[in-house]
Amino acid sequence: MSGIPVLSLLTVLPLVGAVIALGSGKHARAVALVTTIAGLALTLVVWTEWSRGPVFGGYGFIEQHAWAPSLGIEYHLGVDGLSALMLVLSAIVTLMSVDAAHRVHHQPGLYFALVLTLESGLFGSFTALNFFHWFLFWELSLIPAFFLIKLWGGTRRGPAATQFFIYTMAGSAALLVAFLAVFLATGSMDFPHLTLLASTGELEQLVTAHLGPVMLWLAIGVLAGFAVKVPMIPFHTWLPAAYAEAPSPVTMLLTGAMSKMGIYGLLRIALPLFGHQIAQIRTPLLVLAVATVVMGAWAAAAQKDLKRVFAYMSVNHLGYCLLGIFALAVPAAGAAAITSQAAALNGVIFQMFSHGITAAALFWFVAMMQERTGGHRGIGQFGGLRKPAPVLAGLMGIALFSSLGLPGLNGFPGEFLIFRGVFPLAWVAATVSVLGLLVTAAVILTVIQKVFTGPVPEHCVGFPDLHHGERMALVPVIGLMFLVGLLPQLIVATVNPTVMNLLAHWRF
Amino acid sequence: MLAWTIYLSFAGAIVLAILPKGKPALARWLALSVAVAGLAFAIAGFIAGVGQGLTVFVDLPWMPSMGIHFLLAADGISRVLVLLTGLAAVAGVLFSWNIELRTNEFFAFFLALIGGVYGVFLSFDLLLLFVFYEIAIVPKYFLIAIWGSTRREYAAMKLAIYSFAGSAMVLIGLLAAYANSGSHSTSLIELGHAGFPVGFQMWCFPLVFTGFAILAGMWPFHTWAPTGHVAAPTAASMLLAGVVMKLGAYGCLRVGIALFPRGLDPWGFSFIGFGSWRDVFAVLAVVGIVYGALVALAQTDFKFVIGYSSVSHMGFVLLGLMTLNQIGMTGAVLQMFSHGIIAGLLFAIVGRIVYDRTHTRQLAELETMHLSRRLPFAAWAFVIAGMASMGLPGFSGFVAELQVLVGAWKVNPWWVLAAGIGIVVGVAYTWRALQKAFFGDAPASPHMLEQEQGHPLAAITWPEVTGVVLLAGASLAVGLYPRILLDTIEPAVKALLAGGVQ
Amino acid sequence: MNYADLFRVTLPETALEIAALMVLVVDLGFLRKAALKVRVAVAALLGVAGCGAALWTVGLQNGNSFFVDGWEVLVVSPVALTAQVGILVLTALTLLLLIDENFTHHVGEFVAVVLMAAAGGLLIVAAQDLLVIFIGLELLSLGLYILTAFAKSSGKSAEAAMKYYLFGGMSAAFLLFGFSYLYGVSGSTNLAEIEQSIPLVGMPLLYVAWVLIVAGLGFKVAAVPFHLWAPDTYEGAPAPAAAFIASVSKVASFALLLNICNGLFQPGRDWNGPPQLINEILRNEFGRWQPLLIILIVVAAASMVVGNLAALAQVSVRRLLAYSAIAHAGYILLGVAVRRPYAGQVDTIHFVLDSFGPALRSANAVLFYILTYGLTTIGAFGVVAVVERATGSDRLDSFLGLHKRNPVLAAVLLVLFLSLAGIPPLVGFYAKFNLFAAVLGVSAGPVPFALVALAVALSVVSLYYYLQVLKRAYVMPAVDESPIKAHPVTMAVLVAIATAVVVLGCFPALLQNWIESCYR
Repeated sequence: MSGIPVLSLLTVLPLVGAVIALGSGKHARAVALVTTIAGLALTLVVWTEWSRGPVFGGYGFIEQHAWAPSLGIEYHLGVDGLSALMLVLSAIVTLMSVDAAHRVHHQPGLYFALVLTLESGLFGSFTALNFFHWFLFWELSLIPAFFLIKLWGGTRRGPAATQFFIYTMAGSAALLVAFLAVFLATGSMDFPHLTLLASTGELEQLVTAHLGPVMLWLAIGVLAGFAVKVPMIPFHTWLPAAYAEAPSPVTMLLTGAMSKMGIYGLLRIALPLFGHQIAQIRTPLLVLAVATVVMGAWAAAAQKDLKRVFAYMSVNHLGYCLLGIFALAVPAAGAAAITSQAAALNGVIFQMFSHGITAAALFWFVAMMQERTGGHRGIGQFGGLRKPAPVLAGLMGIALFSSLGLPGLNGFPGEFLIFRGVFPLAWVAATVSVLGLLVTAAVILTVIQKVFTGPVPEHCVGFPDLHHGERMALVPVIGLMFLVGLLPQLIVATVNPTVMNLLAHWRF
Repeated sequence: MLAWTIYLSFAGAIVLAILPKGKPALARWLALSVAVAGLAFAIAGFIAGVGQGLTVFVDLPWMPSMGIHFLLAADGISRVLVLLTGLAAVAGVLFSWNIELRTNEFFAFFLALIGGVYGVFLSFDLLLLFVFYEIAIVPKYFLIAIWGSTRREYAAMKLAIYSFAGSAMVLIGLLAAYANSGSHSTSLIELGHAGFPVGFQMWCFPLVFTGFAILAGMWPFHTWAPTGHVAAPTAASMLLAGVVMKLGAYGCLRVGIALFPRGLDPWGFSFIGFGSWRDVFAVLAVVGIVYGALVALAQTDFKFVIGYSSVSHMGFVLLGLMTLNQIGMTGAVLQMFSHGIIAGLLFAIVGRIVYDRTHTRQLAELETMHLSRRLPFAAWAFVIAGMASMGLPGFSGFVAELQVLVGAWKVNPWWVLAAGIGIVVGVAYTWRALQKAFFGDAPASPHMLEQEQGHPLAAITWPEVTGVVLLAGASLAVGLYPRILLDTIEPAVKALLAGGVQ
Repeated sequence: MNYADLFRVTLPETALEIAALMVLVVDLGFLRKAALKVRVAVAALLGVAGCGAALWTVGLQNGNSFFVDGWEVLVVSPVALTAQVGILVLTALTLLLLIDENFTHHVGEFVAVVLMAAAGGLLIVAAQDLLVIFIGLELLSLGLYILTAFAKSSGKSAEAAMKYYLFGGMSAAFLLFGFSYLYGVSGSTNLAEIEQSIPLVGMPLLYVAWVLIVAGLGFKVAAVPFHLWAPDTYEGAPAPAAAFIASVSKVASFALLLNICNGLFQPGRDWNGPPQLINEILRNEFGRWQPLLIILIVVAAASMVVGNLAALAQVSVRRLLAYSAIAHAGYILLGVAVRRPYAGQVDTIHFVLDSFGPALRSANAVLFYILTYGLTTIGAFGVVAVVERATGSDRLDSFLGLHKRNPVLAAVLLVLFLSLAGIPPLVGFYAKFNLFAAVLGVSAGPVPFALVALAVALSVVSLYYYLQVLKRAYVMPAVDESPIKAHPVTMAVLVAIATAVVVLGCFPALLQNWIESCYR
């Protein structure tokens, strides 16, 4: 595969699809489907090629060209296990989203063009190894997301979209300033290069020499930028409104793929460059991570709207990722600690993938329920669905149990690995977070009970079950949940070398 | 080759002025072909000039007794700005396609303005530069006063008076430099070697710099800009923001900084924190950035938003110039190009595509018109232009502003902090305008509804599409591959800095 | 004394006088019954022919002046030659613009008076003797009073003439009074002799003389505070008369001023002594001349300020042109006044040796300025006259929609007014630039610099009122869209003037080189 700029092609492919979709009106969804399937195929190629490739844990598929040297900007692409997994996840989630969006009647060409642009943004930012390039696609994903909410969202879409946009833009600004400072000090925006500098402590020396003792502030700026995207409490307030008001297929993209950009940024940028600083403020960060886990769960318990329930559950689930990340940010003392760090990091990456699939699936189910009842999505508005729609109830139940973290499903290995890693490293945080697990379980069981059992309300009588096409679309997803849940090695085996590689370069 | 841009434009202006009236189509096509030919020459000159330094192509004695030459030359900075002028000219003609009133005269003035602008960018004789500079001002007055809108006569007069006040300051500086140089020449190259006494530079620099900076929209001398932009017809506001403000910035660089570099030296004492003219102008630039952005945020007229945004963006140019280092000044030149393209695009959308169809620029009224549905092309063109204006990566503005900020940070991080606030506010006002103008949710009044159903807005025409594609493509190309321009700008800035500016 | 020289030197004046008489004879003798148009055309053409003949005789001069007792009385100097050519050309243009006029039936008389006044103008630019100067000046002035009053049916014309006459008479008295003091102090009426014989140490009587002379000449060039006649005269006089006053009389008066100044200070003349002595002499010279310079500078600054600011408030284009003329007089006076350095800058021998060069340069610049200004003003009055005939008024609003009513006329107006405002590439810009550069080239001290800065700043102000006219011509909607017709000759002359303004602006070296060549 050498010689072919696979990653560039991968990034351009959805853009080309977007242009075609824009002009193809009613057939836009078909165009989008073809494009996303092609994208998925390509990412799978990247994934398998990389895992079989010669670079053990490091970057493969590297493309590197001069771009704007005076600003340290290079065209530098590459994937490691983490990126490759994120590429696959993005492709899957986008495909699910496109599949779910079969009811877009209003300007379908534009809708699918935006979705594909967003996918390009995801691909671009997951393959970038230079800040400029990464930032370009980070922003590129934001704009379509905004318009997808703004133009196709629910009744209160305007404020939701604006809030979403302002939060993420503010986060971007913080990131930009931090990187400007790093560039001023080092003259480089290249991730691998900066990682190398940081691992020897040189980065901090340079920054301090050029700009004074601002390293910690830069770290905070970068963290803030990512914390918004994930989101971490207290930067999360945009999320429920945005997730609830966005059309469900868009919510799938937001939660399934875009929230991963934040975690990915933490792993690719924040920890490598500012690991030492993060280790310094680890305790407050852990407090915030735990708060994200627990309060996300509590907030989910208090919601009446299914979309909001799942939105807060997303907050909760990504909180585990934050917990794992911040817990492992500690100078490793001994092999046991390194094992714990590796476990936590593997768990975080696994959880990213697993949450992406599960959350996307859950919002898809909400979309189907809304379609069937003419827009209802309150928990109390449903009941006894297992009678009229047993297949839907069954499949959704599986997804819910996956979200709950039932062993055998994809939700379990990630959370297990995270807690396995976090307990030795930060047992207080881990203990408190278990509370979050319990509350989540309660929430999910409540949902199952209220929606699937009990009397069937009037508007749910004649609730149609999944039709053939929907089953065809959903079964592979549910299958994937089982597959990954039962054979976590599929992912962990490939990701683990990268995890070890990353840990070796981080300096806390 | 580049010299033909000037001759061609003026020739076009004269032909259009004497062309028989009543054939607007002919005038349009003539103007378009002149503009396109100018652009072709500009591109050819740009390509031919890659890797070359300062090249002199015309040098004729003009007023021999005074040592004044008709001296045309170009370095990297000139070539880039000539290219910008070419683009703006073509786009300007395209977006003036619907001018029916006194079409011939309109394009005659338009091309005269363009010719003057080309002339300024290519003159390396100070007097010649000044002559072209003033030639560019006069057509502006008529373009605004005759074909403008809101309070056009007031705005045109204000603009003319401000411009001439600025050029009067420049003229005084020019005369003083001429009398003081002893070299009996007004060639910029020779005056650059004149080695004026420091004391002289200390007062001549601020005079000339301010004179030019008035046209560049420097706070607090910017007030002509928003009113002028708003009143001007679309093509004129495109040119005004796109290239005419660049004339000022270019003059600041080419004359102010290059001739009087020691004027930027520290005074040797500090007055309320200012230790040199450099501090003073940098702070004014930063104030302009923030002030322009904040005021833009509060506007109710769509075009005023863009007008004030120009003030804000031009602040970056001035700030970049005041960094006096390679990266900052390169950024300033790139920002001139970038803002020229983006402001042109924004004004084109607001003035031509939207206003000419809706006949209102009030954001509150546009909000009820659901333009994203009725004019999707305009909406998405504005999204792209707005993104470019916000300085999102991938567009020219990002690279330019980033370079300016990096350069400024090396000098004084506080400037960057303040300018950063300006960027954030910039995002906010652009977004606000975008939301209100195109994606407004406000329910339409019955009258509007009726209008919406009964009278669809006129369809988008090919010149509009071409113009938008041209400008947006330019911004995108430079944003994605800034080396196109940077490879030309950087050596020129380096040569400038090596020539005594530090 | 050589009468052959006198005859040769005064050939141009003679030619004009002959032409004047011929006009009278032809008009009164042969064309009494002819139509007015024919009479005007014939008289004007005869006048133009006279000017042509005079021009030809100017070309005949061999460079020898007319001397009385070894002192020059009528010079053939560069200034004189240039100014004479200018006066003749401008007179001819004035006459050509007369062709379409109908304000009087006494055409022959009008043309004859114009020619005679022009002869007075020719005289003063060459005169080096106070008495000849005064005679020439009166010849010019009396002609102007008559011309102003020529529109007999117009009350305004009569009023303007009366004002002009009263002010003029008074100023002539002042001038004569000043001359008499000068004579009293020096014992001579010849400028060069006065320069050599008045004492080196300043004396109060001399100051009085300066003030009086400046008052007298300031009236002629309409400098503040002796300008009060100008707006009324410009407004009330028939258009050709006003054009004549604004151009020919201005050129002549400024050339006279240059003459007096040139005659009175001749720096660096034949100096071969030691430097210390130069310093002493220069210091003494300042004692003598500085008051005059200060007076001139004050008058110049006041003219610039008052002229430009007052013009802002005018609604009559003629009055506007009058105030603008006052402002321009201020600029020119600056060039006349700032000819010498100020104390403190004179401690180098080089300055003395060099100063002849810059002094010449400023004289050159002044000549360039007055010639091109005269040309532009005639054109401007020509346009005003055409508009006035069509609309019956010279108010700003009568220019509304001119670009529709007569596009060529509007274009001429555009060129001329922008040139007056000093916009490149028109000749007005170069004239100003040249003048200011010369001023700073002579002496770059703070005072000249401040004056130039003031002048440049005020020319920005001037742009405003010129644009007021152009705005009406081009921008504001027309009230009446009927076309304005003008005689083809008039149009041709106006277009020629506008073309000259553009061409000379683009290639100022044409005129500049000619003026300089007169010095060789």
